[in-house]
Amino acid sequence: MDSGLRIRGLSLQVEEKIVLRDFSLEVPGGEMHALLGPNGAGKSSLSKAIAGHPDYRILQGDISFDGNPLCGQSPDHIARMGIFLAFQNPVEIEGLSVANFLRAAIQARQGPGERFSATEFYAHLYRCLDALSLERAFSARSLNVGFSGGEKKRCELLQLLLLRPRFALLDEIDSGLDADATKMMAHSLDELRKESGMGGLIITHHPSLLQYLRPDRLHILLNGRIVRSGHEELIEHIEHSGYSSFASP
Amino acid sequence: MKSPEIIADAQETKGDFRYALNYSLDAGQGLSHATLDYISDAKGEEPWIRRWRHEALDIFLQKTMPWEWAPAVLRDLRFEDFHYYLAQGTESRQSWEEVSPEVKRTFERLGIPEQEQKFLAGVEAQFDSEAAYARIQERLQAQGVIFVSSSEGLARYPEIFRPHFGQIVPVGDNKFSALNSAVFSGGSFIYVPPGLKVSQPLQAYFRINAENFGQFERTLIVVGEGAEVSYMEGCTAPSSSKAMLHSAVVELVVLPHAKLQYISVQNWSRNVFNLVTKRGVAHEGAEIRWIDCNIGSKLTMKYPCILLQGERARGEVLSIAVAREGQWQDTGAKMIHLGRHTSSQIISKSISLGSGIASARNFVDIRPADGQCQNHTQCDALLLNARSCSATFPTLRIHGHRNCVQHEASVSKISEEQLFYLQQRGIPHAQALSLSVNGFVNELLREFPMEYGVELKRLIELEVEGAVG
Repeated sequence: MDSGLRIRGLSLQVEEKIVLRDFSLEVPGGEMHALLGPNGAGKSSLSKAIAGHPDYRILQGDISFDGNPLCGQSPDHIARMGIFLAFQNPVEIEGLSVANFLRAAIQARQGPGERFSATEFYAHLYRCLDALSLERAFSARSLNVGFSGGEKKRCELLQLLLLRPRFALLDEIDSGLDADATKMMAHSLDELRKESGMGGLIITHHPSLLQYLRPDRLHILLNGRIVRSGHEELIEHIEHSGYSSFASP
Repeated sequence: MKSPEIIADAQETKGDFRYALNYSLDAGQGLSHATLDYISDAKGEEPWIRRWRHEALDIFLQKTMPWEWAPAVLRDLRFEDFHYYLAQGTESRQSWEEVSPEVKRTFERLGIPEQEQKFLAGVEAQFDSEAAYARIQERLQAQGVIFVSSSEGLARYPEIFRPHFGQIVPVGDNKFSALNSAVFSGGSFIYVPPGLKVSQPLQAYFRINAENFGQFERTLIVVGEGAEVSYMEGCTAPSSSKAMLHSAVVELVVLPHAKLQYISVQNWSRNVFNLVTKRGVAHEGAEIRWIDCNIGSKLTMKYPCILLQGERARGEVLSIAVAREGQWQDTGAKMIHLGRHTSSQIISKSISLGSGIASARNFVDIRPADGQCQNHTQCDALLLNARSCSATFPTLRIHGHRNCVQHEASVSKISEEQLFYLQQRGIPHAQALSLSVNGFVNELLREFPMEYGVELKRLIELEVEGAVG
């Protein structure tokens, strides 16, 4: 069965640069994988390409989710297929409150004739805020404007909890968080995965995050390609010898 | 009786429909001294008003058009094309039941009687040249508040009206104030007695129905010492391939320690030249707030002005302009500080879409030496397309010393990254754009009364989504 994310022979260009070459990866439905690699290996480019960012040109290969091709689809369509990208650097939008933004996102997922209930929406929003130890007033603030690094990450997670995607691309979600906050985040993600069977791809250059998130499988990305796949043993390897030890001679 | 027949109806905005009407009063096409006599005869005006009209027309004919600075599209305006006076009668009614069926239907479709019941202290509804309906709450009437059409104001309350008439905006102030003075008809006259605070707003609604028509209302508001009032005006017209002209004059007199809030929502159809002169004088300790939103028209030239005459008078102009394909919004504010310790604020936000042009002309003039006057001006422009255009022309004239002026201007674009972020949450492109635009104007929208703010937000969404969708 074709469930999950499948990338085959992908070559990716952004501006004038080729960032991925003949890249392949499969994350079967419901599994959580991790993609590790040094800065500049092409990890964030991959997540933007999956999400359909218009600046990322797919030269070769294809990306599909649950058997449906993603290439050529608009970012909002890909999002509504159930793919969520937690941004490394979320943008600020002055004047658009977190609550109104989330409301628009929920409404965009409703079918024709489906009615939006403000009461249910706010009840759900408040549950998610509570789960992340965020004040209710947080949802009245302008989206990401004046947020600390930690608040931005929690805001990404808030969106994820509320929108309940089928597949989460988690791009450096622990940057700016202390150990307690990282643990709390890992806990929320675990809960969501148990409830909804969400799969995902953790993208990080920083393997210590994985002790909390415990992915099913790990992949090492170097120079636009996966050079090794495996399990937890890879973490130790990176911590001892660094990414360069995976480079082919 | 035959039910009114709609001859044009489009879904884009709720104001875009028209009824076929017979006008018993029509001054004919074109402008001459005979046009003015026709208007004066129809209204049965006193000789001094007739003389005033004729003198104003002479001034209008002598004045040149402001070609050196006006937007180029003004050249499309042809004065000979218009009817300068069209009416079914000259008297306004105090009950909707007495208003003619087409006119009544028009205002019902625009939601005016409904708003009147819900939250307004008084309503005047003008249809083409004359007010069709004017009424205020009896309680306010008993307290001495006057809210009638300006023609009625001139006839019934000359002792209050005449001393201010043409004093704040002189006939020869500019070509269009002279035009208005020659052919004026309709508009509001409001008087609030000293010390009275009117809590609910008074509202005037200006409707153009006829094609090739010019509407020239004239409004005078006098707020007595220590009194407070809020006035709102709205306007619409059906769209048409033929031009329409709207050229109003508004004069405000706000006596010591009084407060006036003047809210204007301009949503003319895109065939209307909207060329208006609006000015208020604030006496000692008085406050004028001008809250202005320009969405419609082909060309708007509107620069609300506040003369801060008395010590410690305060003035504020908050404005939003949306310029869509083929539109030019040339707006701004003028603050003239005459008294010491006066303060003013100008905040404007403009959005340009498609080939739309939004230009801001703000003028601050501080006269008193050692005045300790303050002004803060902030102009923010948002461009949505590569072809959109925005310009700011600030003029600051500061005399004397110990006066403080701040001027800030910014131009921004909605970035691809912002749109990608919103789209990544499932929000379609057009809606992502309108959410970002709404974010840009949200803070200012909150200054409008809630009933208007919600409608404006919806209108701006329609404009933005329509422009890209």
